[in-house]
Amino acid sequence: MNGEQARASLASTFGVDIAAGVPLVVTVAPEQWEALARYARDTVGCLFFNFLTAVDWKEQGLEVVARVDNLEENVGLMLKTKLGPGVTSCASLTPVYRGADWMERECFDMFGIHFDHHPDLRRILLEDGWEGHPLLKSYAVDTPHPPYR
Amino acid sequence: MLDQNKTTRVEMDWSGPERLQMNMGPQHPSAHGVFRAIVTLEGETVVAVDAVIGYLHRCHEKLSETLTYAQYPSIASKTDYVAAMTSEFAYVMAAEEIGKFEVPKRAQYLRVIVAELQRIASHLLWLGTWCMDMGGALGGGATIFLYCIRERELVLDLFEALVGARLLYGFFQVGGTRYDIPDGWAQQCRQTIDVIESRIEEYEQMLEDNAFFLARAKGVGIVSRELALDVGIAGPLLRGSGIDYDIRRNAPYSSYQDFDFTVPTEQDGDCYARYKVRMQEFRQAVAIIRQALDKLPAGPISSRPALKSVAQIRIPKGEAYARVEGPRGEVGSYIVSDGSAKPYRMKWRGASFSNLAILPHIIPGHKVADVVAIMGSVDPVFGEVDR
Amino acid sequence: MLVALPPWVPMVISGFVVLNVVIGLVTYITLLERKFAARMQSRIGPYRVGPHGLLQPIADALKLMMKEDIVPTAADRRIYNLAPIVFLIPCMLIFATIPFAPGLGVADLNIGILFFLAVSSMEIVGLFMAGWGSNNKYALLSAMRAVNQIISYDLPFIFSALIPVLLTGSLKLGDIAAAQQGSLLKWFVFYPVIGQLSFIMFIVATLAAENRVPFDILEAESELVAGFRVEYSGMKFALIQLGEYAHMIGSSFLGALLFLGAWSGPGPEALGPAWFLLKMVLMFLLVTWIRWSFVRIRVDQILALSWKALLPATLGLLLTTAVVVVWRTGGF
Repeated sequence: MNGEQARASLASTFGVDIAAGVPLVVTVAPEQWEALARYARDTVGCLFFNFLTAVDWKEQGLEVVARVDNLEENVGLMLKTKLGPGVTSCASLTPVYRGADWMERECFDMFGIHFDHHPDLRRILLEDGWEGHPLLKSYAVDTPHPPYR
Repeated sequence: MLDQNKTTRVEMDWSGPERLQMNMGPQHPSAHGVFRAIVTLEGETVVAVDAVIGYLHRCHEKLSETLTYAQYPSIASKTDYVAAMTSEFAYVMAAEEIGKFEVPKRAQYLRVIVAELQRIASHLLWLGTWCMDMGGALGGGATIFLYCIRERELVLDLFEALVGARLLYGFFQVGGTRYDIPDGWAQQCRQTIDVIESRIEEYEQMLEDNAFFLARAKGVGIVSRELALDVGIAGPLLRGSGIDYDIRRNAPYSSYQDFDFTVPTEQDGDCYARYKVRMQEFRQAVAIIRQALDKLPAGPISSRPALKSVAQIRIPKGEAYARVEGPRGEVGSYIVSDGSAKPYRMKWRGASFSNLAILPHIIPGHKVADVVAIMGSVDPVFGEVDR
Repeated sequence: MLVALPPWVPMVISGFVVLNVVIGLVTYITLLERKFAARMQSRIGPYRVGPHGLLQPIADALKLMMKEDIVPTAADRRIYNLAPIVFLIPCMLIFATIPFAPGLGVADLNIGILFFLAVSSMEIVGLFMAGWGSNNKYALLSAMRAVNQIISYDLPFIFSALIPVLLTGSLKLGDIAAAQQGSLLKWFVFYPVIGQLSFIMFIVATLAAENRVPFDILEAESELVAGFRVEYSGMKFALIQLGEYAHMIGSSFLGALLFLGAWSGPGPEALGPAWFLLKMVLMFLLVTWIRWSFVRIRVDQILALSWKALLPATLGLLLTTAVVVVWRTGGF
């Protein structure tokens, strides 16, 4: 389906307001995260998994952001979910998109978000014994970590 | 998953096949950078691949939260250091999208010229190193590598005349470009692309009639359409698997809609298809550069005043994801801004990171020699993978 | 005068001379290869050591002799140390049967070519010892591939080398060379159809038996670093290099002798060995040209080529040659 249809159908199915524009930004509650991804892939036709990341909003908690695309209809969908203060677990999108595998491992590595049902959640960029999750705002840029610093 | 503690033991099961776990990398003549692949072999056939990355992790994303929008573009080139121009492009475009800055027409055309030249240089390096991987550093592969490097030097000379640097530039700035083309540069550019176009013909003849090359590249590393979309690979890998998508045509940026070019697509999804796509991209890049040079308008090269202080550029609150069709695929930059001179969160969508994720899916079933051929045709640059 | 000397003295002297000449040839042929390859790649090659790089091989040899001898802790010491020697000896022995001019050779055996082919395939033992003794997965993988490949290609090598034997009717290398004297058209490479086909097959089989690109899967730098040689450094590495290039030159000499007429050429008889050398260099350059132009093929493709294509072809050609020879000498 094209952009307008996608917007209407997503707004009605998940009960959210979606502003018009490119890309379409859909924010849902964490419980609906996997269902949203499944809907985006199966109904809206967004088969292309672009990326998945997180943003640390300090007191308001973490927010997981993903982008999927429907290449034929040129529809870009930004999926977002706010995890809430202190929450560090989220449903995994690997059952829906295989590309989420490495992206979620990077989120785990950098933010400490634990993804449920991920087949192999371990650190990807940093070494296995690293302590701390660097991209959190509470992690200072010059945190000492022998033997690297 | 593979047990890391077993990487040096040979597992022998008397009732079944014998499996050997071999480590390729991180120091390896053909790893394209620092990359470790733990391959499980049964004889000569690869049964599983565990790709270990992160040896080049330099925390670009954390770094970008401490550098201003004026400082970061020079650092951005270090992600995809082989195609540095397209790396900077994505970041700068995302910042402009949030701030709603207009980029003058001349700057847009200059950006296009430079991006396409960068594509040519990057694909030349890809061709040289891929053939070298398949043919050996002391062998037929090295010959093509040296020819490609010779051509790449011509393009790097152009960049040196324009920016002053050969590999990592600071050409882009928020609002336009930093430098204008000097006198005589357009003429030199035209000569260079003429030479390169004729040499590409020569390389195609050398390779495509060669039974050995075809035996190594055809039918190897087949990526199906639905795997390509599911994992999120982009660029020549996507187009080699039959999906006709190019950001420059489908979602044009920076006046790509003014230019007339085709997007090559192949259906087979093997290494040979990706090779053909990239060879065609050479020709399309040459065509775009010619058109851009012909139609280059006069005017300012930046809509912002020249940079005098580091905190000069302030961007209002907002977020944007800007993407660029780099030589390896979709290079994207997702910036969340909080109204200050530094980004609140910046995420690099590296083309090679997504492309590399496909290796554990397509390598099992092939022989050891194919691992290097497939990695070469995926063309990763580890600056982008690890950031 | 010389009647009082025991018969083995001239043999020992000639053997010693040949050995030294071969070692000298090996070192300088590496320079030739580097210069040739460089020109193909639009660069110059060794240039600064001596005029036009002529002292480069000597510099390399000196460097290798002065390097530290490293033995990996986990390596099987006896096998690891013996391997280069076991590899080198057959590669040097093959020069014993080659006649460099009529009557000028170490030992022109009656079964000359049989000796050559048998001894040259003994290098595989040394190769496998090197791979096994290094206790290194890369070396082991490479040694396994090497055994596969060399065994597969020795058969077509032997069969294509046997064709000139059939055409001459004698296993003696001196006789085969003598049968091609006289005129250019007597060279076996110009023998109608059979000569050209067998020459091509001989070159392909030589490429594979030498582990040269496109068949150099066992030392594929991009996958296995240096293959079976990966743990060797210094003088042991020099011995292995020596052995490889000596084998290469020996096969080139054999090819020049079997197909290109050995010492036949215009000018006086004394110029014979010079023509032989020139033909050997030509064969070597042909192999080098192929090496620097092609990518390598996979091991299963290499083995398929040998067993499914080259072996039946050489066997068929051998039978055809036999029939043709009998027919020509009026046997039917």
